[in-house]
Amino acid sequence: MLRINCPHCGERDYTEFRYGADASKRRPAHGSGDLSLWHDYVYLFDNPKGPHREYWQHVLGCRQWLMLERDTATNLTGAAVLARDADR
Amino acid sequence: MASRYSALALARHALSGAPWPRAWRAAKPQPAYDAVIIGGGGHGLATAYYLAANHGMRRVAVIERGYIGSGNVGRNTTLVRSNYQMPGNTQFFEHSLKLWEGLSHTLNYNVMLSQRGQIVLAHGPSQLDVLARKGNIMRLNGIDAELLERGDVMRMLPYLDYSPECRFPIYGGLLQRRAGTVRHDAVAWGYARAASELGVDIIENCEVTGFVMQQGRAGGVETTLGRILAPRTGISVAGHSSRVAALAGLKLPVESHLLQAFVTESIKPFVDHVISFGAELFYISQSDKGGLVFGGHIDGFNSYTQRGQFPKVQTVAECAVALIPSISRLRLLRHWAGIQDMTPDGSPFIGRTPVPGLYLNGGWCYQGFKATPAAGWCFAHTIAHDDEHPLVRHLCLDRFERGHAYDEYGLGPWTYRQ
Repeated sequence: MLRINCPHCGERDYTEFRYGADASKRRPAHGSGDLSLWHDYVYLFDNPKGPHREYWQHVLGCRQWLMLERDTATNLTGAAVLARDADR
Repeated sequence: MASRYSALALARHALSGAPWPRAWRAAKPQPAYDAVIIGGGGHGLATAYYLAANHGMRRVAVIERGYIGSGNVGRNTTLVRSNYQMPGNTQFFEHSLKLWEGLSHTLNYNVMLSQRGQIVLAHGPSQLDVLARKGNIMRLNGIDAELLERGDVMRMLPYLDYSPECRFPIYGGLLQRRAGTVRHDAVAWGYARAASELGVDIIENCEVTGFVMQQGRAGGVETTLGRILAPRTGISVAGHSSRVAALAGLKLPVESHLLQAFVTESIKPFVDHVISFGAELFYISQSDKGGLVFGGHIDGFNSYTQRGQFPKVQTVAECAVALIPSISRLRLLRHWAGIQDMTPDGSPFIGRTPVPGLYLNGGWCYQGFKATPAAGWCFAHTIAHDDEHPLVRHLCLDRFERGHAYDEYGLGPWTYRQ
């Protein structure tokens, strides 16, 4: 079972969380009319086999959005921090 | 090399006791080929076979990192069907089913196609309307489909839960009689043997480490067994599509997720059809050995681990028991996970890439196995002609840029929701 260490609630099963998205993506500025930027943001993925930073929401806990470090080759997880505090 | 398989050959071998020869040659890589296919799965082997058989290209190599049959071609629930409803998919998957129907003869290898029929269940009147529409679309395209009422389903599948208190009452279903199952290992071995006999080199335990780039063109591959030059290179590596494409500097609309499948202990013949639950993504059939084979949704987050998460085991088991309460005490014998290349619209890619000389067949989501013959057929055409086969023009890599997402289920651009 994948376990996520929520900074508010402690270590919990991943089933308490909702997967969000790849956190390394940068949303283009609002009003940006360059469609190629939006295409890359919405549709393209690095899809690494190794370290990955991603968003999860603790929907059955504190309901905060977190940023988790996880290795996609092993599912070993690193630190989870509040997404709003994360240094992207 | 390998002699033709027949009843006579079987009898001769049985009487003489002589060992059967290898089914395909153990090839060493040549310095150059006309085409190289990366990935010795069902799709890669089928592509190589059709390059040789349909397009007369005999200097073809298939490069496989592991051994033949070690990937997703042996990690699926073996279902084949053609009940799709969007223009493009309908015709493509019907072409695939027709190829399945002749495949044992084409390859001279028994792939054990069993057209036992697939029934998709409806658990409400509106869901039955949706199935009626889908059935009509199929019939307009010349594909067999029959709408079943509750009574029909009760006669065909008497062991489902029809009790008044059941959570998802059954209103009817859609039957495709030509759908069924195939022995998946035989597909890999059959294509490998047939391709090898046409001169294709199948090179196992050889990993691609990079591409040979010549003035912006892909001119071959660097591998753990040395450099192999080829003016045309096809990528057909399923869950590792992003990793191999990255070696050529490409970033794909693909994310790798895990899909789990399950086999129970063997029981006497019981489930005679392929059944798809309508209330959740769940499908079940019975193998020739007697085990019930079933699967569900992907785990929900990207991973390359090939090890599934337990909560999904529970969800799938709940679906199984909700549908067929009598199997609640069966034990799971085996359970595995395959790495699925999920795309933002749930549809695959077969076509050219921005790098000339490099072609991609990937992003198959849940549909890879049943598509094997047609994917190989169309990918071989694409490579041989440097132009997409008419059946797969809607599956081009740049469709998102052009606003032509091909979303069969209308779920939006989320790989993990497809």
